[in-house]
Amino acid sequence: MNIVVPIKQIPNLTDELEINSEGTHLDHDALQYVLNEFDEHAIEEAVLTKESAGGTVTVIGVDTTGELNEALHTALAKGADKAVKITGDFPRGTASHTQAKLLADAIKGLSPDLVFTGVQAADDRDGQIGPMIAAHLGLPYVGVVTGVTVKEGKAAVHKEYAGGVMAEFEVSLPTVIGVQAAHQPPRYAPVSKIRQIAKATKIEEIAGGEAVGAGSSVRRMFKPESAGHAEMWEGSPEEVAEKIVALIKEKGLLKG
Amino acid sequence: MAVGLDKVKPEAITEEKHLVVEGMDISGHWNRMFEQRVIWDYDVDNLEKVTNLPGGESLEFCYGCGKCTAVCPIDIVGDYSPRKIHRKTQSGIDLFTSPDLWLCTTCMNCLRVCPKEVNMIQIMPAVREQAVLEGTTVPPELQKAFEDTSKHGNPLGQPQRKRADWAKKAGVPVPIMKDLKRPVDILWYVGSYPSYHPRGIDAACAAARLFNALGLDFGILGVEEKDDGDSQRLAGEKGLFEMLAEYNIATFGKYEFNRMVVTGPHEFNAFKNEYPKYGADFKVVHYTRFLVEHLDKLKPMLKKPLNLKVTFHDPCYLGRHNGEYDAPRELLRAIPGVELVEMGRCRENGYCCGGGGGGMWLDSFSKEHTQMRLSERRVREAAEYGAEVLAVCCPFEVSRFEDAAKSTGNDKLMVRDILELLDESMRG
Repeated sequence: MNIVVPIKQIPNLTDELEINSEGTHLDHDALQYVLNEFDEHAIEEAVLTKESAGGTVTVIGVDTTGELNEALHTALAKGADKAVKITGDFPRGTASHTQAKLLADAIKGLSPDLVFTGVQAADDRDGQIGPMIAAHLGLPYVGVVTGVTVKEGKAAVHKEYAGGVMAEFEVSLPTVIGVQAAHQPPRYAPVSKIRQIAKATKIEEIAGGEAVGAGSSVRRMFKPESAGHAEMWEGSPEEVAEKIVALIKEKGLLKG
Repeated sequence: MAVGLDKVKPEAITEEKHLVVEGMDISGHWNRMFEQRVIWDYDVDNLEKVTNLPGGESLEFCYGCGKCTAVCPIDIVGDYSPRKIHRKTQSGIDLFTSPDLWLCTTCMNCLRVCPKEVNMIQIMPAVREQAVLEGTTVPPELQKAFEDTSKHGNPLGQPQRKRADWAKKAGVPVPIMKDLKRPVDILWYVGSYPSYHPRGIDAACAAARLFNALGLDFGILGVEEKDDGDSQRLAGEKGLFEMLAEYNIATFGKYEFNRMVVTGPHEFNAFKNEYPKYGADFKVVHYTRFLVEHLDKLKPMLKKPLNLKVTFHDPCYLGRHNGEYDAPRELLRAIPGVELVEMGRCRENGYCCGGGGGGMWLDSFSKEHTQMRLSERRVREAAEYGAEVLAVCCPFEVSRFEDAAKSTGNDKLMVRDILELLDESMRG
C-alpha cells in the first residue's frame, strides 16, 4: 500500500508575526518557518496506518523556504520511508492553489492508495489543499478525520462534526484524507536520529511546473485593532433594558 | 527447656582425613575453597551491550567494592548505585529497558570515590542515547522536555520571542546585545529557567540589579539566547545538544565580549567543558566566582542585616564537576546578619537536588521508583540543621526545593538563590 503525505511549512505562530509593507500578507522573510501542525498529525496517522496495515509512507512537499529538508528528515525519523521535494521558483507563502497542483502532479506518479494531508494550516486557514489534490487526482476526499483503519481495500474513517457529533465513513481506496488529529499524539523524533538521517539519506527531487496562481487575493491584512473601551451600564434590569433599546434605535438598527 | 541449646561435644566429632562426597573430594581444612567461585554463570550479553558503546566501557571496571553505594544520593532514597547497576547488568538485566537507566542524575559522587573510575557521567548518556534513538522506553515527561527544547529553544516550552520579557520586571536597564551594537565587557548568559520560571526570574532580576549597582558593562542575548542543551545531552539527546551548541556558538560569535558570566552551573559546565569540543573559544565564569571578584565593591553596598540562619546546598555541577566550593560561601559570609551553618552532606560530599542529568524533567518517573524525591531528602536535612534559609546558586534548585519544602511540611524553610539574598541586603 502506497501512503503519501503532502506537507507544507508555515510561519511559526509562537514568533511575533510581521505584516509586509504593502499590508497584504505576512512579511515572510522576517518569519521563521515550521511544519504545519496538522501535517504532523497527518504524518503520524500515516505511520500508524503503515504500522498496522503495512505499506510504505512517502512524504512530499513544495520547497518554499529552502529549508524543507529539515521537515522531510524529521518525517523520515518518525518512520516515513521516502521523502520527495518539489523544487522550483516558489517563494514563501506560495498559494494553496499552486501548491495543490504541484503536489497532485507529483503524487500522480507515486500511484497512491491513501493520501493524508493536514486538514488545514494556520497560514491561510482555507483547508483547500486536501480537496484540491483530490479533485486534481479524481479521488474522493474526507476531511476533519481523527482516525483511519484500513481493511480489504477500504478505509474506515472516523470524522468529527461540530457539537461533539462523530461519524464513521467507509471509503474505497485510493482516497484523500484531511487529518484533524492522529489517533495518537505525534511521536517525538530525536534530533540525534534526524541528524543521522540527514547525513545518510538523499531526498528525491522533482522539478515543479508552472505556478497556477491563487484562488483568491488578499486586499488588506492587519493586526486586530482595539475598538475603544466598553461602557458599563448600571441600574435595575428595567433601566438597563431601556438604555439598550435607546442604543439600538440610535444606531439605526431598529425600524420605527 | 529450650531445645537444641546443648553444644555438640568435641569428642562426638570425627574428622576424616580423606572424604569423597557425591564424587567430589572434600578433604582438607574446614573452610577450604573447593573450586573457583562462579561469577560467569550468567549471559554477559547485556553487560557487553553497554561496554561496547563508546563511553560505556568503564562499567566493566567495577570490582564490586561498594564505595559508590555509600555516597549515591539515589541509594539513600531507593536501591541504586553504580555497583548495583554493574551487578544487575552482569547477572543479565538489560539496562537499556530498565527504569534504572533514567534515575542517575550524573551527580558524580560515585566517580569521586571510585577506585576503578567507573564513570557514570559517560556510561549513562551513552546508553540513554541508544534508548532515545530507539524511542520505546523514554519516559514521556522527558520526551516532552526534549520536544519543547527542540521546538522552542527551552525545556519549559515557552515562546522564544518572550525570552527577554523577564527584564521588564528588573526595574533597571538590561541591555540587549543586538541593540547595543558595540563590544561589552560581560556577556551575561541568563539561561532558560531564570528567563522563564517565575522563581528563576526573581534571581535574574536580582542579578540585573546587582550588575547595575556594580556599574558593570554587560549585555544579554535576549531572544537570540537558547538553552545550552547540556542536561538534554546527559539525558541522552546528544543530537539536540549538538544542534543547540552549534546555534549558540554561532550566536556568541556574532558579538564581542571579554568574558561570559552564567547564572547556572549546568550552563557553566557546558560552556567550559563541552562547547570547546565544538569549537567554542571564550572565557566563562559562574556568577558566584564573578561576584567574589567584585566583593570589595559589593560588600559596602550590603547594608541590611538579614539576621537569618542560612545553609548552603552545593550544586553538583558547580562543586564536584567544576571544583568550586568557596565562592558561594564567601558571598553568603559577606551578607550582614547571615549565620552560615553547614549540613552534614556538603562540599565534595554534597547531596544532589535530583535535577541534573535530565532529572529536572523526570520528576514523576523518579518519584515512582524511589521512596522520596532527592529534593525532599535534602530539605529535611536542611531543616534538621535548624536552617531558616536554604541558599542555592543553581536555577534548577529553587523550584525543586520550594516544592519539596511544601511536600515535606517544612513550609517555614525559605529557599533563596544567593543572588536574591545579596539583592535583599543591598536594597535594604
